[in-house]
Amino acid sequence: MIPPSFDYLAPKTLPEAIAALGQENAKILAGGQSLIPLMRFRLASPAILVDINRVEGLSYIKEEGGWLKIGSMTRESALENSSLVSQKYSLLADTAKVISDPVVRNMGTVGGNLANGDPGNDHPATMLAYGAEVVAMGPKGQRVIPITSFFKGLYESDLAPNEILTEVRVPAPKPRSGGAYLKLERKVGDFATAAVAAQVELDAKGNFASVGIGLTNVGLTAIKATAAEEFLKGRASTDENIKEAAKLAADAAQPIADVRGSEEYKRALVKTYTVRALRMAVQRAKGG
Amino acid sequence: MSRHHITVTINGKTHEADVESRLLLVHLLRENLNMTGTHIGCDTTSCGACTVQLNGKPVKSCTILAVQADGMELRTVEGLATNGKLHPIQEGFHEKHGLQCGFCTPGMMMTSSALLAQNPHPTDDEIRQAISGNLCRCTGYMNIVKAVQYAADKMAEGG
Repeated sequence: MIPPSFDYLAPKTLPEAIAALGQENAKILAGGQSLIPLMRFRLASPAILVDINRVEGLSYIKEEGGWLKIGSMTRESALENSSLVSQKYSLLADTAKVISDPVVRNMGTVGGNLANGDPGNDHPATMLAYGAEVVAMGPKGQRVIPITSFFKGLYESDLAPNEILTEVRVPAPKPRSGGAYLKLERKVGDFATAAVAAQVELDAKGNFASVGIGLTNVGLTAIKATAAEEFLKGRASTDENIKEAAKLAADAAQPIADVRGSEEYKRALVKTYTVRALRMAVQRAKGG
Repeated sequence: MSRHHITVTINGKTHEADVESRLLLVHLLRENLNMTGTHIGCDTTSCGACTVQLNGKPVKSCTILAVQADGMELRTVEGLATNGKLHPIQEGFHEKHGLQCGFCTPGMMMTSSALLAQNPHPTDDEIRQAISGNLCRCTGYMNIVKAVQYAADKMAEGG
């Protein structure tokens, strides 16, 4: 299958890329692992592709000012191979390992995975659980968007057509923090039947000081399971409380029946995986 | 529709081509350059039959535009053997019967030879993880894993 015709630009700087995106029906080409398949199926037909793979300075993973800063063009495989990520950001490390397949991860980017606005992508739920921020650059300069106001609908984000996501900021975990991402997929490379991201911080007594829970592919966008998070806050990190929170997370899911399972099945899956993800996050927060 | 003049180094040899923006890398290889060792399998970024190495990393050439490869180094299955001598990974697939129909084999070899360059002594599990984006419908993967282990041993011996 061959994509429809389009013009192609490969700017080397952000201002050039932003200017190019000002043209009608121009679209960013990042890793291309979702966009190019969509174009081959003729489900997307941009007039102009603005390839930002040659823009300098968009690929990095570094800690700075209490944040893990990830350049938007950082490949998923770079996250997966980062010792910083695997040592301190277990939720992110878990996530990177299950995005699509290893060959696709050599091209796919962190920024693309978020900006695509696909509820089946894995970073959205993870970033909701972390309470991340994204940085966007446009003609009027830079703005910082909390992840909670980034996803607007199916394939829709808060980005204007001429804005480029340049950085993702994950808060550096405080002591006694841990996280986990659990995904059920029919096969490697498939979208999740459902997946759960959990990030917790415990206080000195072992109670939940803060909790983030994100759900993948059970709604039009990734879902932040707010009621479950609030239920746990201040409570003891016991299995009983975790199970109660998991019920609330399952209530927050809005799955639809498809080839991956019925609505009921997916809701039950969210419940089970929320329990398991929270247990693992607590275990990791305790240093295990 | 825009056309672009690109220069790509493939298996150590420089190639120039005038390409349409929409030409996929796999079509550049197969149709413009007549290098048909790289296969088109699913056309949906699922199967990995079209895997080539772009600047040393395995990627799916059906999901990259030819113009994106401008100025880059590519290695395809045709670049594995040197001076008529099979690469250890090719020898491994031959010795361990790592293929039946052979359709996935070029992609399997490009992914697994990239793994061995990074991790010369992978465990069976690491091999299975690495090739999890490459589908084989014949072998059940057992002999593919054995073929990669054969190549790892052979390369450790310096062969």
